[in-house]
Amino acid sequence: MTPLVRRRVFTVGIAGLLAFYGWGLSGLPAFGDYRGPYGFLVDALAIHQTHATGIVSAVNFFYRGFDTLGEEFILFIAATGVATVLRELRGEHDREENDLAEGRAATLTSDAVRMSALVFVGPVLVMGWFLTTHAQTDPSGGFQGGVVMATAVILVYLGGQFLVFERLSPIDVADAAEAVGAGGFVLVGLGALMAGAAYLADFLPLGSPAGAVDASGTIALISFFVGVEVAMAFVLIANELLEQTIVVRKGSR
Amino acid sequence: MSVLPFIVVAWIVGAGLYGIITSRHLVHQIISLIVLQSSTYVLLLAVGFHVNGVAPYFSDIPRGTRTVDPVVQALALTDVVVEAAVTALLLAFAIQAHKRFGSVDPEELRQLRG
Repeated sequence: MTPLVRRRVFTVGIAGLLAFYGWGLSGLPAFGDYRGPYGFLVDALAIHQTHATGIVSAVNFFYRGFDTLGEEFILFIAATGVATVLRELRGEHDREENDLAEGRAATLTSDAVRMSALVFVGPVLVMGWFLTTHAQTDPSGGFQGGVVMATAVILVYLGGQFLVFERLSPIDVADAAEAVGAGGFVLVGLGALMAGAAYLADFLPLGSPAGAVDASGTIALISFFVGVEVAMAFVLIANELLEQTIVVRKGSR
Repeated sequence: MSVLPFIVVAWIVGAGLYGIITSRHLVHQIISLIVLQSSTYVLLLAVGFHVNGVAPYFSDIPRGTRTVDPVVQALALTDVVVEAAVTALLLAFAIQAHKRFGSVDPEELRQLRG
């Protein structure tokens, strides 16, 4: 199919799509005219049922906790998949110490980049920790906090060198921590079964008052495990992608 | 004006699709897919929006305040996570395609099969 033919087919297709979309829109309520009922019901029930004031987290980690478990494993499997696709192939080997041409030192990161990256590592890590542990009260949660914590590790790479990055995030430790994060979520669900409730039911004491950081039972706990899993998954993915440009070389050893 | 967000959604879908169709670089194609998928965020949040609704966090507002739909916001979060996972995998495939065929142009990849 030549680009021209493809573009023509695309034009026909998009015209049809737009027609159906317009037809579908004509039956929707206008923007801003939300009619519920799920949003209203969740708003009315969540604080009483879970003692969490962050309703989005209550939905994610309690009402549809089982979906979120699957969502977490999507990320887990993606990290595994990236590592598998980018494994060392035949005809590839790791860069050797004396691989670089003589007299040509590796390019150094500029001082300005190093300084600003290092200045931000601490605050970014604290921010990620805050987000991970405040899912129950604030617009945050394990997914957001985990990504921010992974950013702190990647900043170390930006400010230093890849080898420091590898030392800071040893693959074995990151792998194990990722498994703990993913498995912790599953175990919280099993804990509910042992307490005689349904899988992933909120079986811990809810704490009071509603909206306290230590309230909300399993929501805070699950958010913590998700945060660990997400942070480690992103560190592993970044590590694999960086390794491709920095360490892996073509040709036989 | 009440359909403007939905028109924005259609626009983003169109732009993303056009990018995928006409792309001559795998990374550009992956970014086009991200653009295409980001239309779903706008759609989800637009569907749950309520005039006069505030964010669904009751830490500092009285109970019973009218909020926007928290369910679609949770779905948007899922959406973001899935997109991150898909992007990571596709980028890994792009790297392997480049290693194998020495090109990241989708047109050339098609010719080099075999």
